[in-house]
Amino acid sequence: MALAQLKIDTTEARLADVDLPQGAAWGNAARADALARVRLMALPTKRDEYWKYTDPTSLTAVDAPEAALFASDEAPLFDAVDRVKIVFVDGVFDADASDDLEATGLEIERLSDAMATDIHWAKDIYGVLEAHGQKPVARPLAALNTALATDGVVIRVTGKATKPVNFIYLHNDTTSDAILHNVVKVEAGAEMTLLETGPAAARFSKLLEVEVAEGGKFNHVRAQGRDHERRAVTHCFARIAADSVFKSFTLTFNGVLTRNECVLELVGDDAVAHVAGVCVGDGKDFHHDDTVFITHDALNGESRQVFKKVLRNGATGVFQGKILVKEGAQKTDGYQISQSLLLDDDSQFLAKPELEIYADDVACSHGSTSGAIDETALFYLRSRGVPHDEARNLLTLSFLAEALEEIEDETLAEDLRDRLEGWLARHR
Amino acid sequence: MLEIKGLEVKLEEEDKQILKGVDLSIAPGTVHAIMGPNGSGKSTLSYVLSGKDGYEVTGGSATLDGEDLLDMEPEERAALGLFLAFQYPVEIPGVGNMTFLRTAVNAQRKARGEDELSAADFLKEVREKAKSLKIDAEMLKRPVNVGFSGGEKKRNEILQMAMLEPKMCILDETDSGLDVDAMKLVADGVNALRSEGRSFLVITHYQRLLDHIQPDIVHIMANGRIIKSGGPELALEVENNGYADILSEVA
Repeated sequence: MALAQLKIDTTEARLADVDLPQGAAWGNAARADALARVRLMALPTKRDEYWKYTDPTSLTAVDAPEAALFASDEAPLFDAVDRVKIVFVDGVFDADASDDLEATGLEIERLSDAMATDIHWAKDIYGVLEAHGQKPVARPLAALNTALATDGVVIRVTGKATKPVNFIYLHNDTTSDAILHNVVKVEAGAEMTLLETGPAAARFSKLLEVEVAEGGKFNHVRAQGRDHERRAVTHCFARIAADSVFKSFTLTFNGVLTRNECVLELVGDDAVAHVAGVCVGDGKDFHHDDTVFITHDALNGESRQVFKKVLRNGATGVFQGKILVKEGAQKTDGYQISQSLLLDDDSQFLAKPELEIYADDVACSHGSTSGAIDETALFYLRSRGVPHDEARNLLTLSFLAEALEEIEDETLAEDLRDRLEGWLARHR
Repeated sequence: MLEIKGLEVKLEEEDKQILKGVDLSIAPGTVHAIMGPNGSGKSTLSYVLSGKDGYEVTGGSATLDGEDLLDMEPEERAALGLFLAFQYPVEIPGVGNMTFLRTAVNAQRKARGEDELSAADFLKEVREKAKSLKIDAEMLKRPVNVGFSGGEKKRNEILQMAMLEPKMCILDETDSGLDVDAMKLVADGVNALRSEGRSFLVITHYQRLLDHIQPDIVHIMANGRIIKSGGPELALEVENNGYADILSEVA
């Protein structure tokens, strides 16, 4: 009882002074429903099974803990890529800094505009995929996002987008508390790439709902960091139709708390879902959690989860990944690997890989390892004249290779690899 | 070139003496071979010279061109001109063979205070040298040794040797796991590198490699010491009679 009361108190404290943004009836209803879901599930505490390895206290607190601004000495990521820029400053859309939404050739609208429109395609997605993704595991912070989201954009793609859309996040206020909700609809046979870069706020909740229709393709590449003091929870909910492809890659640098949840459902035959991530953390104040849930509910589905973490000086990495193969989802090919490279004895990696299979003709595998740098390989490189630190960094990149290979676009991959090399060179 | 005097080595982890006073002097431009039964300390000698962890030198010295090898990091020894061709070359997924070669070549040049090789010059050189070892562009692109056959791995070692141009090359059982054709290819690669200023120490169990890489001097190693040295005929004697005769003769 004490726990239940604690959860209720936490929830009510968080909701005490909130006003739901108002718009068209469907939007208001979606937010009210989400708020009801939050109350029903109650916000998580560290005693929740799903939050066993990651303490959600700072994510559910009424106020955002302060976070120092981070001044980067690097050029903005993907600077050389021709892309549609959509800029959020501390979680607020900045029209002046963004490209003209009308001129992008894509259907992009600010969330508040979409939700003020009585009849809108986003009605079938906003909060709908999130609500669907609440089973079998409750994700109250996602419902909280749906209820309270103050900004975001909705994007509908009908053809093959000629250039990627880049959400660029800027953090200018040490106590900013951002709640962003974005919606993407990739119509049948359409294709798009979404990029996300930059530190968003002192504390942020970001939720992305993606619907990929038959034969569609959605490609997502995200970089988080390098700000140290942020607290972040992100959710991605995707519904993946027949013959369509969903791919998501996240590279995370630093961060006192980052929890990335990815909830994917393959609802049509021959669908493909890949989700991968690399994180690098240095020090006791680094905590990174990847939580993934992939549901196969159709024939011939292929899913891959590839997560690699480089941890040093007492950093903590968490992976909770599940493949659920429903009855009838025959010929499913599911693969899951989570690995950590622990560069010292103080760092830790906590992994909970799960398979739950109700079909009898599937191929699913999962593996999880923690290890140190391979001394034999290190000696091999050094014996060829490569200095110790450089050799260690090469082997670190070698460890990350399988995850980095999940990035399809070589230009984007090269950019991220450069940043990784920079990070490794700074953290010796 | 390489001077080893009274070298004594034990394993760091256990109190086990492996080398019990090895003396070896290799003059510039010569090829020496070391043969010996399993467990005689041949591979340990190659590892200690190149600086692998896990060994403790308890006595003696080893110098290359008068510089104390045993006091240096492995990468410093490499920059000075020491090269070990591994018995079991290591697979490094995710690092392209070309990247690896270029990193190594330029790291050594940098350590010696030389300019780095330009991308174009490097490419030209590596293509030429790879061709003579029958290493194709595909193999150069692949991750280091990943998915290579035994023969390909050994050829890749010789390619590294050719690119790094060391003065003192140690070949640790380079013939192991090779068929006759592969061994010939590797031996040709080594022979092409023979020169006045470059010496070789070939460690092997069998005479057959020495048919292809002809040594000037052959040493027999047993129980942590070099117990007999002679000309190429010593290798033939081993081939015909095994080690037993030599061992009993010395004892």
